[in-house]
Amino acid sequence: MTLALRRAFPLPSIVGTIPMILVSIGVFVVGIGFSVLWSFTSSKLFPNYDFVGLLQYRRLWATDRWLVAVNNIWIFGFLSIGCNLVFGYLLAVFMDQRIRQEDAFRSIFLYPFAMSLIVTGLVWQWALDPNLGLQSAMRHLGWESFSFAPLVDPQLAIYGLVVAGIWQGSGVTMAILLAGLRGIDQEIWKAAKVDGIPDWRAYLFIGLPMMRGAVATAFVLQCVSVVRVYDLVVAMTGGGPGYSTTMPAVYVIQLITVRQNVGQGMAAATMMLLPILIVIAIGGILLWRRGRKAKAA
Amino acid sequence: MSAHDTAIDTRAGARAGIEPEGRKPRRISPGRIGIYAFLIMAAVFFLVPLYVMIVTSLKTMPEIRLGLLFNLPKEPTIQPWIDAMVNACTGLDCHGLSPGFWNSVKITVPSVIVSIICASLNGYALTYWPYKGANLLFALLVFGAFVPYQVVIYPLIIGLSWAGLFATLPGIIIIHTIFGMPLLTLLYRNFYASLPVELFKAARVDGAGFWRIFFMIMMPMSVPITIVAVILQVTGIWNDFLFGVVFAGRENWPMTVQLNNIVNSTTGVREYNINMAATILTAAVPLIVYFVSGRWFVRGIAAGAVKG
Repeated sequence: MTLALRRAFPLPSIVGTIPMILVSIGVFVVGIGFSVLWSFTSSKLFPNYDFVGLLQYRRLWATDRWLVAVNNIWIFGFLSIGCNLVFGYLLAVFMDQRIRQEDAFRSIFLYPFAMSLIVTGLVWQWALDPNLGLQSAMRHLGWESFSFAPLVDPQLAIYGLVVAGIWQGSGVTMAILLAGLRGIDQEIWKAAKVDGIPDWRAYLFIGLPMMRGAVATAFVLQCVSVVRVYDLVVAMTGGGPGYSTTMPAVYVIQLITVRQNVGQGMAAATMMLLPILIVIAIGGILLWRRGRKAKAA
Repeated sequence: MSAHDTAIDTRAGARAGIEPEGRKPRRISPGRIGIYAFLIMAAVFFLVPLYVMIVTSLKTMPEIRLGLLFNLPKEPTIQPWIDAMVNACTGLDCHGLSPGFWNSVKITVPSVIVSIICASLNGYALTYWPYKGANLLFALLVFGAFVPYQVVIYPLIIGLSWAGLFATLPGIIIIHTIFGMPLLTLLYRNFYASLPVELFKAARVDGAGFWRIFFMIMMPMSVPITIVAVILQVTGIWNDFLFGVVFAGRENWPMTVQLNNIVNSTTGVREYNINMAATILTAAVPLIVYFVSGRWFVRGIAAGAVKG
């Protein structure tokens, strides 16, 4: 082996990263490649290579269950990400007021995040159970007409999931945004105070834009967890009542395990990948343009 | 009731020696009352479910049927906890959660060790021994952090069955190593990149090679980042449900899967006290990790989130 070649490919380094090579190429390139490939076939229980073109996609988009799942992920995504960011930022701003017992409050807001989504799902399944949770408790306290049982109503069940999502996730958002707030130069707050800008406007129009990084981080974290939401649905509603709270992640797993329709399952999985690819492409273009601008400057 | 509970909790915090920073506000203005009211209401929202679960798990079934959800148990009993641990049934199998607990231990411990060894080696090689194409591999890995699991699960099922590892303990350990790798590699790479490069150069001049530098210098220096990685992985793997139910196989089902089976598939009377005790038991390990590690946990989330 020549010296130049040894510099370009240090052998121990390659040996040490064999797992990474296998995972990067084997799982995230070849694996995804096969998933996409199988989405064009008529695979049932096992993959086959009988290509049927876009038939699985056409069938998928004609399936009511999938349409419900797609609709649900939008509702759940918008509401849970939106509420998490707003509630998380509110908590962060209030935590930033030199309060006492900050660590105790932080621990309380953040502990649901440490628990499994299965646990969160069960907790809220009980909390919203009309015979056990909030509704029955209110009625026993004397408010006989109190009615709040979203999980048994197909129209409302998805909002029950949103509540659980907020309970689980807003503490993390708070932690990230609070770190962002603390990272802003103190002089800026003083300047705003001197200029007589009210606190709420300072937080909204000065604080938020100055911590774009933290907001983006919290947002991305929420997005990834929304696309992956599976455990929560399984534990809380099992996708029901009926299939009113099915999500794409649940739909794919059902197709490849219980309903043994791998072709369509892979088509659905590919549809899940698509928005992620678009977001990454946009992010990549933005980064590339910023890099070019930095070079030009 | 539970607002009262929160107050006790915060006072306990004061006794533990957590002191507020900065100067104390001199007067209690309406604004400050509003701030505390908001924070305490938020704390109640986060704590009530836990409070209800704990008191319910200590009640007998007749007492639960009275429907007084927020009351403390009149005759506290720990029988539900014992039942949840060793007697609760999933189908015909009545051994409680204990098999699931041990399965979770058997899955979590090796998965954490293997995934951290792989990721620290990756981070080290990427920082100090990059080879042609290494950055492309790393970019693919980071991309993998954003891929929905469902996209790669089926190919992995086929791949592991082909290797004879599907539904086995080594199989689920491999799966956790794969899905932990993107984040952990990122964590270690950023950490090693922040170390002074002179350290590495000095070791090279002294004639140390790839493995020697890794074991003698890098590993002892990466204790802080390893603590973060261990916290992330222990909670993440213990809390996993999807991979456990798909890849571990029936006899290796982790605690989360068993909990879901106990609670969501029982026929007949639902024994809420046992179910809630089982839920708290399943959440106990990550909660202990969380409360013991404190700020490290937050640091882990923040470090993990830097990828944005």
